[in-house]
Amino acid sequence: MLIKAPSDIRPSEITPESVYRQRRQLIKAMVGGGLLMAAGPALALERYELAEGQRRYPGPDWLQQKLRAARAGEPLEGEPLAPYRLITGHNNFYEFGLDKQDPKARAQGFVTDPWRVEIGGEVANAGSYHLEDLLKPHALEERIYRLRCVEGWSMVIPWIGFPLADLIKRVEPTGNARFVEFTTLHDPEQMPGQRGFFSTLQWPYVEGLRMDEAMHPLTLLAVGVYGDALPPQNGAPLRLVVPWKYGFKSIKSIVSIRFTEQMPKATWNQTAPHEYGFYANVNPAVDHPRWSQATERRLPSSLFSPNIIDTLPFNGYAEQVAHLYSGMDLRKWY
Amino acid sequence: MVLSLAAVHRSPRGRRVFWWLMLIWPLLPLGWLVAAGFRQALGADPAQTIVTFLGLWALRFLFMTLAVTPCRRLFGWNWLQRYRRMLGLYTLFYATLHLFAFVTFILGWRADLIARELAERPYIIVGFGAWIGLVALGITSTRGWVRRLGRRWQQLHYLVYPIALLAMLHFIWLIRAGYGEVLVYGLILLALLGYRVGHRLRRARSN
Repeated sequence: MLIKAPSDIRPSEITPESVYRQRRQLIKAMVGGGLLMAAGPALALERYELAEGQRRYPGPDWLQQKLRAARAGEPLEGEPLAPYRLITGHNNFYEFGLDKQDPKARAQGFVTDPWRVEIGGEVANAGSYHLEDLLKPHALEERIYRLRCVEGWSMVIPWIGFPLADLIKRVEPTGNARFVEFTTLHDPEQMPGQRGFFSTLQWPYVEGLRMDEAMHPLTLLAVGVYGDALPPQNGAPLRLVVPWKYGFKSIKSIVSIRFTEQMPKATWNQTAPHEYGFYANVNPAVDHPRWSQATERRLPSSLFSPNIIDTLPFNGYAEQVAHLYSGMDLRKWY
Repeated sequence: MVLSLAAVHRSPRGRRVFWWLMLIWPLLPLGWLVAAGFRQALGADPAQTIVTFLGLWALRFLFMTLAVTPCRRLFGWNWLQRYRRMLGLYTLFYATLHLFAFVTFILGWRADLIARELAERPYIIVGFGAWIGLVALGITSTRGWVRRLGRRWQQLHYLVYPIALLAMLHFIWLIRAGYGEVLVYGLILLALLGYRVGHRLRRARSN
């Protein structure tokens, strides 16, 4: 299969994931004097223990099978996972309400199976696909990533998914494809936030990536979290995860993936362009006009230990992604 | 209810009991917050919950303070006048806790962050300005200061109007996706200030 390289990226610029993982293992070995070396390759993902009263989301049978076959992810050294109750109970998903607790309270009836995804635009294999068919050729793996919200809080989350790049290669974008545009479901019947009268946002929610960002091995299409399927409040059944960008780039409940020549009109960028750039890379040196981005509250935080830590450039993934933006003024292209 | 409250205030004992009630009930929101904190029921991001909660109650007490005069004139609730200073001081109390919680739980008392927030962030500058104003009014709220300042005391305490506007601006500048809540507060403030403008105009006309 021949893929025309998008204009902005040379193949040599992409670090193969194996290399990046080896590098991480090397660092780990050095840090732990060899003792912390991962115990061999391709550990199967085990189910996480959940605190009492926490609801699991197994998802449909076909997905559960794939999830159980997923490869376990590597933990972030010294950065423990956020508890499941926070990951599934503290969500910005304005389609289900503005408060962080709203999505969990109001999304439980959200129908996420069957689910169709439209692939369109500058692409050879355009069409409307059942999610099950779209996922069939892809093996799932766990990725433990930091998620940094533009509001100043962050969590470490064990996603399950597959690289967006693998899907892109399969659907064969044309040479005109310079961006990828994602759209969330628009269904006011199911999504009360889309019926809201006092919202500043236009629906449906749209996000986008430059082609080289979309092809980056860290960029994930997620279908699960914490060993099970994505709960509706986390963007079931299919969401994007771009760990070096602010959380709002990681669009939820995707129904359309389009390949475009023009930069997609991303929702927050359109709503408040001086506050939310198209790129939205995590950057402690460029503040949101109304608040600082220099630090973050790593959740869980409590009254007695607010857990305020310094925010890292590209959310700690600079080594892997900074080259995508070499030569760009990140103050201008925030 | 209205009549009975006026009646309560005719007896010294009733006045004393009601004074204690008015002193204690404004502490209920704080009590709720502390209890929720101990039960770990402040959500995933307790820092944000606490700061928002205290800020909202500061604004509510400010509105209650501003509501005293209209309520007296419109409903004849003259007994309310006794509690205006208390409500004003509770505004300062919650605003101070709000500021303290912001510096503690959001900025972690880091001098570099505090300096930058105060220098660069319009909504912080505006909010801080409102707090400084409240401090000035709080300090001069005692009988001694009322006597010492004489006529100028009233002029100084007209500062409450710009303070209210600054506090509202501080709130408006925090809007992200929904403005329903801010709109409700804005309309209440508009009514409270609009009443005073209307009152002045009517008085000017009748003179």
